[in-house]
Amino acid sequence: MSPATKDAKRPAKKRRNAVHREPRAVAALHLLSDAEMRRIAGKIFKLSDADETEVEIGVVSDALTRFANNTIHQNVAEQVLTVSVRTVLDGRTARATTNKTDDDSLRRVVAASKSLARSQPRIPGLLPMPGPQKYGKVARYFENTAYATPADRARAVARVAELAEKNKQTAAGIFTTGVTQSAIVNTKGLFASHRQTRAEFSITILESDSSGWAKANAPDLGRIDPDALARSASEKSAASRNPSEAAPGRWTVILEPAAVLDLVGFLFYDFAGTAVKDQRSCFNKRMGKRVMGENITLHDDVFHPLQSGAPFDGEGMPRQQVLLVDKGIPSNLVYARATAKKMKAKPTGHGMPLPNDYGEAPMNLVFGGGNSSVDDMVRSTERGVLVTRLWYIREVDPYEKVLTGMTRDGTFLVQDGRVAGGIRNFRFNQSILEMLSNVELLGPAVRAAGEESFEMVVPPMKVNNFHFSEVTKF
Amino acid sequence: MMRDFANWALETARSRGATYADARVMDIRHRDLSTKNGQVGTLAESESLGIGIRVIAQGSWGFASTDRLTREGIAACAAGAVAIAKASALAKRHDVEMAPVEAYQDTWQNPFVKDPFRIPIERQLDLLLAADREMSRVKGVTLTETSMAFRRIEQLFASSIGSVIHQVKMESGAGIVATTFAGTEIQKRSYPNSFGGQHQLSGYELVESLDLVGNAPRVAEEAVALHSAPQSPEGTKTIILDSSQLGLQIHESIGHPIELDRVLGMEANFAGMSFLTLEKLGKLRYGSDIVNVVADARLEHGPGLGTFGYDDEGVPAQCTPVITDGLFTGYLSNRETAVSIGLKRSGGTMRTESWNRLPIIRMTNISILPGAWRYDDLIADTDDAILMETNRSWSIDDRRYHFQFSTEIGWEIRGGKKTKMLKNPSYSGITTEFWNSCDAICSRKHWTLWGTPNCGKGQPMQTMGTGHGAAPARFRNIKVGAAFAKS
Repeated sequence: MSPATKDAKRPAKKRRNAVHREPRAVAALHLLSDAEMRRIAGKIFKLSDADETEVEIGVVSDALTRFANNTIHQNVAEQVLTVSVRTVLDGRTARATTNKTDDDSLRRVVAASKSLARSQPRIPGLLPMPGPQKYGKVARYFENTAYATPADRARAVARVAELAEKNKQTAAGIFTTGVTQSAIVNTKGLFASHRQTRAEFSITILESDSSGWAKANAPDLGRIDPDALARSASEKSAASRNPSEAAPGRWTVILEPAAVLDLVGFLFYDFAGTAVKDQRSCFNKRMGKRVMGENITLHDDVFHPLQSGAPFDGEGMPRQQVLLVDKGIPSNLVYARATAKKMKAKPTGHGMPLPNDYGEAPMNLVFGGGNSSVDDMVRSTERGVLVTRLWYIREVDPYEKVLTGMTRDGTFLVQDGRVAGGIRNFRFNQSILEMLSNVELLGPAVRAAGEESFEMVVPPMKVNNFHFSEVTKF
Repeated sequence: MMRDFANWALETARSRGATYADARVMDIRHRDLSTKNGQVGTLAESESLGIGIRVIAQGSWGFASTDRLTREGIAACAAGAVAIAKASALAKRHDVEMAPVEAYQDTWQNPFVKDPFRIPIERQLDLLLAADREMSRVKGVTLTETSMAFRRIEQLFASSIGSVIHQVKMESGAGIVATTFAGTEIQKRSYPNSFGGQHQLSGYELVESLDLVGNAPRVAEEAVALHSAPQSPEGTKTIILDSSQLGLQIHESIGHPIELDRVLGMEANFAGMSFLTLEKLGKLRYGSDIVNVVADARLEHGPGLGTFGYDDEGVPAQCTPVITDGLFTGYLSNRETAVSIGLKRSGGTMRTESWNRLPIIRMTNISILPGAWRYDDLIADTDDAILMETNRSWSIDDRRYHFQFSTEIGWEIRGGKKTKMLKNPSYSGITTEFWNSCDAICSRKHWTLWGTPNCGKGQPMQTMGTGHGAAPARFRNIKVGAAFAKS
């Protein structure tokens, strides 16, 4: 019952060297050097007579192998290059984007950006574009991941399908690898570029009346162990056979990291300065007040070793580490440049590409953890529910931060300190602020991957008084 | 050029050993505008042109896409698709089979009156700013937002069986939202629907028909008034859903469960499966006798986001009866899944978000057919109920049994009259129990073909627009209030 992501890390070094090299089976990987990106931007700057011009370049080269019913049923690859141009004209700004990079198309995208900019009233307080910045270093590009082949992925899928068949189970999931590049260049001399790889394996193992799930995601393919993840999902599926029905109500719950991630991920925009200014954040009038337990501390930290992403924001500002919640007290927000000016704060490097309605958001959440393992949490629980993952989470009440959703793929009754068997899935209606005030135990924080939120670093949690409102039929 | 691009792809795929290939060249243009608190928020245009190539080789699927539209770039992409298919064959259980389809050479375009990309931006922004201003005038409103979105999709589909199909689709949408924060509560009202408003396969005439400015004061006033309204009750009640909320109810509790790829386990890892297992076809009493639902992609159904001439594997648009007089009668299928359940042809529901995504089974226009009730008569006929309008939150389990919805606003219906506003209404239930409790559906006059522009499915995730025709309807003995209950 240990989180699969922990298992996935164990054989990392061994696997990193074991990546099978063979002729690439997809079109050659077209990554751009910094010089090439500067050249594209330079070409656009020559075509633009706007007061200021910003160019964003994005490259995606992704491949995804999808399997179900113990066979590969979808297997895809994509190559995309986008060029996005933001111009500023007399206090107005707008953006136009294309994936066509011939001279005529670049001329047209510049003209479209300028035409859009001219078509609107002046924007009060529009800031000049930032000049050159210095960025912290992150190393998130791994050749083994960039050059993984369809055959590498297919062989791993064949192994997990074999495991499922051997156990009279059915496997479904994905194995994806890819590279992204992004750059921001502006006429004030700013140049920021980032290249990173991504690997992800997710698996659901099904039996006639039960299922189990595991998922891991990392910049380095060597950190992903499909076989360990498959074993974990298989064990969960077997352990949750013949589920009983438990009554809804207030329960002690043990949330594995993916379940924690998908809940607390709904808080991320509430930490935006703009959300508080717009009075739609749950932290409106609650900053500096204790709204969570003293055992809850939360940072945004792109430099954390388990995090991913670029060290700059959508305007090219350097991302900073921000303490968001200090021992249960929301302490700081994140700010884009314009929001910071309006709210008399300092920009934190969390702005979204301009123009936009939402300002900024922390994208690299890191929760403080504890020392209790999931097994410790089970052992200390007289009667509770162990939750593997959650599904279809939506906000019911934005200020009390009540979320609804379902448990899924591995929900267990815990009785007298042990896992007593599978139970039918619950619907919950739970305030996240209340939940984070009722955390009894925390485990070590790990890089978790779910389906409702982007990846972040979160611990498993034992939570008291969690509200399951109804139960479904499986 | 689109035809050349597709031909180059098919030639290479064949020469590399594909036994079947199709290519989609898509040229997609977006325009997005928004305002917030009286200022322009988003103002952006984008265009994207590329090719997606799908092949069968060694009995397995492969797909690759590129925006390098040179002969060399497309050939490399097609060769990559074949190589991926051969890798898929490493974990193959059986060869892919597909239901037959005729070869079509055709062109299709949805009708529209005003090209939204030819309407000056200034005029579009003026309309949004005027609606924004009208909402801001109402005391107590703390946030005003408006938006418009337009999309033109030109695509050419060609396949190795000889189809060449050119289609152009124009989509338009717009909406407004007033949000209020007071005390310890955030409330909001949206018009004409939440999450971006109304969207159809239409020109700018759709936006002009919505009267955003005329509706702005009411929307704002209701958002403020919700703070003083009593809490919607908990218990078991009769409910009446407005047509937009019923549209989303159809989407979640009928549209998704009838997707045959879910039923067959192909989406088990992410979107989930379905309670509608194969033995239920033609036997399950899905709803009461008055419930009739179709999946209709044909233009005669209306300008829905699920309307087209041909789907993305070259199958003509069709109307499939999904629920007939309450009985479950049809799935959403494609060429591959049709064969696996013994159907003679695909239901024509393969759709792709863009050139860089594989087509998958998607809803078309999943609509409940109108009933006979006049809206006023329905209210007058109802003694004690809650009328719920405009979706606020939605959630359903991964087999589509248990759902919970809340709406932005509720109204108490007592003695045949709408008596008072209620805040935070919600309802929940089990799909088939819910649809079997339907005892009244309003007439064609009150029926609207709503657009849901944000339906997510697939890995990698694809966002697709779907259509849902619905009229206000009444349901008996429904659990209400669980979303806001404390225990």
